[in-house]
Amino acid sequence: MKILGIDLGTTNSALAMAGGEAPAHTLPIAQVIGPGEVAERPTLPSFLLLPGEHEVPPAQLQLPWSPGMRYAVGLFARERGAELPHRLVSSAKSWLCNPAIDRTAQVLPFRGAQRELDPEMEGGERVSPVNASARYLAHLRAAWDDANPDDPAAEQEVLVTVPASFDPVARELTVVAAREAGFDRVTLLEEPQAAFYAYLATRGDAWRQDLAPGNVVLVCDVGGGTTDFSLIEITDDAGNLALERIAVGDHILLGGDNMDLALAALVGRELGKPLDALQQRALVHGCRRAKELLLGDAAPASVPIAILGRGSRLIGATLKAEVTREQAEGLLVDGFFPRVAADARPERRRAGGLREMGLPYAHDPAITRHLAEFLARFGRMPTHVLFNGGVMKAAKLQARIVELVRGWAGREVGVLAGADLDLAVALGAAHYGQVRRGQGIRIRGGTARAYYIGIESAMPAIPGFAPPVKALCVAPQGLEEGSTVELPDDELGLVVGETQTFRFFAAATRKADEAGALIDADTDGLVELDPVEKLVEADGERAAGQLVPVRLEAHVTEVGTLELWCVARDGHGRWKLEYSVRERG
Amino acid sequence: MSRLILAFQCFFLVLFGKKLPPAATKFLPESTTAVSHPEPAVTAKAAKEQAPRPEVAKPTSDGKDKAGKDTAVGKEAKAEPDRPKVSTAQHHRDGALALLALLQREGRLIDFLREPLDGFSDADIGAAARDVHRGCRKVLDQHLSLEPVVPGEEEAKVAVPKGFDPAEIRLIGEAKGEPPLRGTLRHHGWRVVDAKLPALAEGVDRMVIAPAEVEL
Repeated sequence: MKILGIDLGTTNSALAMAGGEAPAHTLPIAQVIGPGEVAERPTLPSFLLLPGEHEVPPAQLQLPWSPGMRYAVGLFARERGAELPHRLVSSAKSWLCNPAIDRTAQVLPFRGAQRELDPEMEGGERVSPVNASARYLAHLRAAWDDANPDDPAAEQEVLVTVPASFDPVARELTVVAAREAGFDRVTLLEEPQAAFYAYLATRGDAWRQDLAPGNVVLVCDVGGGTTDFSLIEITDDAGNLALERIAVGDHILLGGDNMDLALAALVGRELGKPLDALQQRALVHGCRRAKELLLGDAAPASVPIAILGRGSRLIGATLKAEVTREQAEGLLVDGFFPRVAADARPERRRAGGLREMGLPYAHDPAITRHLAEFLARFGRMPTHVLFNGGVMKAAKLQARIVELVRGWAGREVGVLAGADLDLAVALGAAHYGQVRRGQGIRIRGGTARAYYIGIESAMPAIPGFAPPVKALCVAPQGLEEGSTVELPDDELGLVVGETQTFRFFAAATRKADEAGALIDADTDGLVELDPVEKLVEADGERAAGQLVPVRLEAHVTEVGTLELWCVARDGHGRWKLEYSVRERG
Repeated sequence: MSRLILAFQCFFLVLFGKKLPPAATKFLPESTTAVSHPEPAVTAKAAKEQAPRPEVAKPTSDGKDKAGKDTAVGKEAKAEPDRPKVSTAQHHRDGALALLALLQREGRLIDFLREPLDGFSDADIGAAARDVHRGCRKVLDQHLSLEPVVPGEEEAKVAVPKGFDPAEIRLIGEAKGEPPLRGTLRHHGWRVVDAKLPALAEGVDRMVIAPAEVEL
């Protein structure tokens, strides 16, 4: 059995394999790259195009392994989709962890509240965030199967990466998407850990010279659409080096795409001419290239950007602009990575009473302020940095992060050289598969957060006052995969025949709370998640309305998801609490 | 003049029962060239499995009826006997057109070549050419691996070995004696080491290398 590592990314997905004695390596992915053209590319852009009949002829969508395609996934979807934004699903992964919507409802392509209500809007096919993710995974599976007909992907050991910040619902939904794509057994792995595994795979045993007990590595992952931080500590385990993931940050919807748009807005103003949608796209493409050149090593003084004429007449209609190094550094380095103090905090604009439903983009574009907050929250300063994500390829951005962390920590900070920053996560996932088979060192860490269930205090009802809510710790931080915690008996009950809903909370900074600890629900650091619920049907044994005393059990599965169980105290029955993915206000 | 030499060469080769030189094959009638001339790598297998047909069939959109479930995409290499017979000539033509479509899509090459340059300054042409170059270069890099036929610096002395292939090395000027020959490398030549051209779906009209665009 081979190992497949899948990086299910917000903007790009990648595939790697390891097997037998072969070291982990990434695989190119066959996909539709143009109308009726199929070729391999190193990554699969995570875009889904659902064209109408006049927009793309079905013959142009066909794949060697699937003649009846009515949609496209990958490069052609992204490129043609830019001209058909109303048919294009993008950032499905960010929607997968957006609690403001029902994540299993068909809401993508998202049209915004205004157009949602507009009866003039043409319908068209729509999919759920789960289904869109499933289609990316299904494409990877089918592409593999086509190349390896005797060794189907579903029979291999499959690892899928998720952001460390994914909550239990988003993790569960990722597993559901994998199942929908035909992967019955997958294991989840956090992306920053995967990036670290890629570093371990690339460095081989030499990593033991890079790091020593007491070192703390910051994994700084800035991708196209999201930013993710984790801390990994190197400890001494009876004379051997051990790795422990000690902190993960929040899910920050901020990344390289924001930077490209910012630069395009600057250049667009200088052009002084209104651009149509396609010229705007060409401008953003040009700005992305300029960004990579101007922030890299040996940057030129300026990069010309040409927007070719829209019609068949090319030369006369070409718009010319230029981005200088000073402009790029001022806007991108100082704008997105400003020099800030260790006690800086990101600005949080208070949401208005009515806010359009959409992705909860970060309000503060300063990635360094988010980083300062993350490090302060956990009270640990890193000794080393491992970069990941396409944006962090830029030498000047790496230098800025290192400069700041060095200033905050008051000592030198090392940079760990890892694998290709675009492909590291997939590669690391494949390597982790080998680690699970006993070939290599494993990062310990378990669950990144502690989880709590809300319990209403028993007290006389007072009009106008909601009864205070206590949070009962059901799963302490750091639960390893495959482990189960039983809660001490408590006065919990399920009412037969009624859907019982429990409020559900998480905390990233309360390591000391043991299972069964009871704290106030408004304690600092506690974040409310989607509720969990259970309907216990009446049956021969139990009549409707009857109260069944239960105790709680938390189980972290081998897959990497969290399950909560209610076990009847009389021993007759156990029920799994389901995550509610319904819309909430 | 060189044709005269070729003609004499062919005369003696045929007389002694040897094979014709590659340069001579282009003078053969069409039906024989398809067999005697090596096919480009991408379609070589297809050519062997499907008898070449002289007349070019127009691509039909109802390929489904003939093809059954396997209408889809260019797995020509694994062609089954009951697949629609698409002529080799059409495969060649579609491949060439698809490459043109790629160059146009990524680098606007057709627009560039079709636009009259009169009246534009070199700076204007240069600004556009930079983008055309970048786009077309990307297509080359993604789909073709190229290497020089003769490694080494141009303008340096090189030895042309005995038994060299005249299709690989073109001699300029008169050879004195038998190879190995000494000469100056004027152009190192280009060889495609690997052509990863896109597989092409059937039922797509490749004659349209850039569709008209109408904004709504």
